Amino acid sequence: MATDVATEPSDKPVEELETVVVRFCGDSGDGMQLAGTQFTNVSAVFGNDVSTLPDFPAEIRAPQGSLSGVSGFQVSFSSEDIFTPGDEVDTLVAMNPAALKTNVKDLKRGGTLIVNEDAFDKGNLTKAGYESNPLEEEDELAGYSVHKVPMTRLTRDSVEGLGLSQREADRCKNFFALGLVYWLYERDPKPTQEWLKAKFAKKPEIAEANMRALAGGSNYGFSTEQFAVHYSVPPAQLAPGKYRKITGNEAVAMGFAAAAKLSGKQLVYAGYPITPASDILHELSKLKHFGVKTFQAEDEIAAMSAAVGAAFGGQLAVTASSGPGICLKGEAMGLGMITELPIVIVDVQRGGPSTGLPTKTEQSDLLLAMFGRNGESPMPVVAAATPGDCFAMAQEALRIAVEHMTPVILLTDGYIANGAEPWRIPNVSDLVPIKVEHPTEPNWEEDGERSFMPYKRDENLVRPWAVPGTPGLEHRVGGLEKKDVTGNVEYSPANHHHMTKTRARKVALIADDIPEQDVHGPESGDLLVLSWGGTFGSVRTAVRKAIAKGQSVAHAHLRYLSPFPRNLGDVVASYEKVLIPELNNGQLRLVVRSEFLVDAIAFNKIAGKPFLVSELNERIDEVLNA
Amino acid sequence: MTTEQLPVLTAKDFASDQEIRWCPRCGDYSILAQMKKVLPSLGLPKEKFVFVSGIGCSSRFPYYVDTYGFHSIHGRAPAIATGVKLAAPDTQVWVITGDGDALSIGGNHLMHAIRRNVDLNIVLFNNQIYGLTKGQYSPTSPVGARTKSTPYGSIDLPLSPLSVAIGSDATFVARSVDVDIKHLTYTLERAARHRGTSFVEVYQDCNVFNSGAFFYAQKKDQKDDNLVYLEHGKPLVFGKERDKGIRVSEGNRPEIVRLADVAEDDLLFHDEQAEEPSLAFLLARMRHPEFPEPVGVFRDVDRPVYNEEVERQLEQVVEQKGDGDLEALFNSGDTWTVE
Repeated sequence: MATDVATEPSDKPVEELETVVVRFCGDSGDGMQLAGTQFTNVSAVFGNDVSTLPDFPAEIRAPQGSLSGVSGFQVSFSSEDIFTPGDEVDTLVAMNPAALKTNVKDLKRGGTLIVNEDAFDKGNLTKAGYESNPLEEEDELAGYSVHKVPMTRLTRDSVEGLGLSQREADRCKNFFALGLVYWLYERDPKPTQEWLKAKFAKKPEIAEANMRALAGGSNYGFSTEQFAVHYSVPPAQLAPGKYRKITGNEAVAMGFAAAAKLSGKQLVYAGYPITPASDILHELSKLKHFGVKTFQAEDEIAAMSAAVGAAFGGQLAVTASSGPGICLKGEAMGLGMITELPIVIVDVQRGGPSTGLPTKTEQSDLLLAMFGRNGESPMPVVAAATPGDCFAMAQEALRIAVEHMTPVILLTDGYIANGAEPWRIPNVSDLVPIKVEHPTEPNWEEDGERSFMPYKRDENLVRPWAVPGTPGLEHRVGGLEKKDVTGNVEYSPANHHHMTKTRARKVALIADDIPEQDVHGPESGDLLVLSWGGTFGSVRTAVRKAIAKGQSVAHAHLRYLSPFPRNLGDVVASYEKVLIPELNNGQLRLVVRSEFLVDAIAFNKIAGKPFLVSELNERIDEVLNA
Repeated sequence: MTTEQLPVLTAKDFASDQEIRWCPRCGDYSILAQMKKVLPSLGLPKEKFVFVSGIGCSSRFPYYVDTYGFHSIHGRAPAIATGVKLAAPDTQVWVITGDGDALSIGGNHLMHAIRRNVDLNIVLFNNQIYGLTKGQYSPTSPVGARTKSTPYGSIDLPLSPLSVAIGSDATFVARSVDVDIKHLTYTLERAARHRGTSFVEVYQDCNVFNSGAFFYAQKKDQKDDNLVYLEHGKPLVFGKERDKGIRVSEGNRPEIVRLADVAEDDLLFHDEQAEEPSLAFLLARMRHPEFPEPVGVFRDVDRPVYNEEVERQLEQVVEQKGDGDLEALFNSGDTWTVE
């Protein structure tokens, strides 16, 4: 059958590898994100540890064949525990000249380059800025193992007889490329075949065509002389358990849904579409049977405002956005803060300022999250470290919000939001429900008359969450300064001073309710590398390498940014030097310096891309040798 | 079977302990008084009411009603109220707003709350001026208005609040006047009983910054010639002597006629239930002094209500898929086991 994939042992030698990095790149219409996702799936299902880096242009369809329209998907898969999608590429699949031009520099010397030579015509070469065809120049690609494959033609041949238009046939060529790489790394195509059947259940001819293209690619690798060897990457020794692949945005959505369900509450999610946060809205809108109400608001301001209203109404209220949207939400976030209502605001950070780099990653909203509102407006800030950690931190953000009656900001970023990793599926019984308490009785008595005081605080300075519909607890809240205890409007100088200090103290007290900062590596020494958010993988890998080299280096990775863990001051004081690598111009460093009076050293990268492990190690060497 | 007896409430029960801080003789006092009369008649206990407001003089309103209340930020009340209604669908949610709050800074939220038909009662106090910020012109101020920010007269064309509401496909649209106690009470009650968004414009006198803007509609000796009271199924008749009427002439334009000159059947008959909103729109375009301005219910039609649809969809998905199972959710997609 034409869709059979060559799985019988070939007589070509198989070489075993530990970690491999593959990157698929092509025009933004070439289906590279899909190919990369499928490759990730089959590798994860096979048991490798995986880490991915999708990289696509902001334009849905940038001019065809242009350099700006190149879309890439990098996946690292390994028999070891890995934390990053890799610095250098072992196998690069380039579907056109523009993709080759923009990506070949990341291919390691001696690496495998697979190109669709049919796309190297004059028009595409010109659009990519090539004066001559690099595939025909001897020096141009020397040092790489180049495989010129006429993919367009072979794909058309593979699907012949199915009655597809040429355009439809050509759209299958990503699966041809995928099939070839499957063969190259001994991947089992079954999950992809199943996916195609399910995805195109209503268009079986399209499913069939893609399966034929997939088989065509594999068989091409199997039977042609071009590929002398292929490779295997054995399964990784991950902690025992059941796994699935997860992206950060999926994990955030699941974390919120789980927290609400376990707490016996509805989740009201109000959002407005924005890259790279929209997937959270998409995922949650599927979960209505979990009591999730999603509201696609008319703008970011309305989304935040509706979340404030939903929190006042007594449900778990969440909104998510990215930098530009968070700016718009600022005023309503302040309202949530002064009315002391539990709300989680997710900021999936992207390259800024302004519209910036919508599809690229950055960590440049830390100061916005901490200080980006008028007046004294403290708000707890937490950050997820990895795609899987988004699940835990979404729940943690909601827990802090509810138990401390405050809006909480959860920072993720484009890298972990879209990146995927294997995720050990938790036992539902291990998840801890959030304690939600709504008073039903008045909390005040004066002259024999009982009444409700909305701002009467407990020992943690937390006010009660009385919800509309509760008899006898009718009360008013609002954005004007209010008197403590009664919540009535009050402008007196002493009261404003008292309330400002009280709100700050309330947030500061959360430090007693979060874990202490842990450290990987020695408890004291020459250098502490202090990082936060989505850079965890690269930094942890670099520090491990440094330790293996015998350097006196430790790593502390922050997930709680405001308030800081209560022992952080002691931690940073235990090392000769502190290095803070950030994908911004030094925002955590600014805060750490002012908070702990420590002369922390910066390592900033503001390129829309995550750190490479190698550049971190270089910087660590530099700092240690200085 | 026992029916739970609701305690009989009066206007006094809805008075909060807060000192009212509007200027003396402000039109807002009358609107507050009528609201406190209407609330006990709606058959709901106090705790089921939520008043949400934005910023402006009118937006102080929630502090003065002893229900749940939220004095929020400028323009956002419809969005906040939508959130309240999503989270607490069995409450009756009122939005109190002004011409600046609803039509300038909050125009977007007003339009979208209305087109979704969220079950909110929106009351817009129109005084054609920014009062709280001390006298700048508003989006309803007439051309030529001399205010603090238009010393040479406003050159902005004003918006008609009702045209905006009807243009957004509002299912309930009405207008009343602050001092017209009976009419205002009746209008607010009708708004409360409507399913979906009710939009009520109330002409309100700002006696400090824009005194007299609506004298033509408020003064006993003027209003009968300047207002036409809409009644469903009845012809549009007005005037102190009730001797004038409105007829729709060729080109679909309203014109004033003397009853002595025309047969009653030739007059415009009001139909608040007309599906087609063009009659309501035509009425909303009748402005003083060219025409008597219609007051009463312009439009009252039935359409799916957003928050009810949200609940219906939730139930429907539960029916299809069963109550959400976290175990199944976590394990969805391709999984593998590491021994």
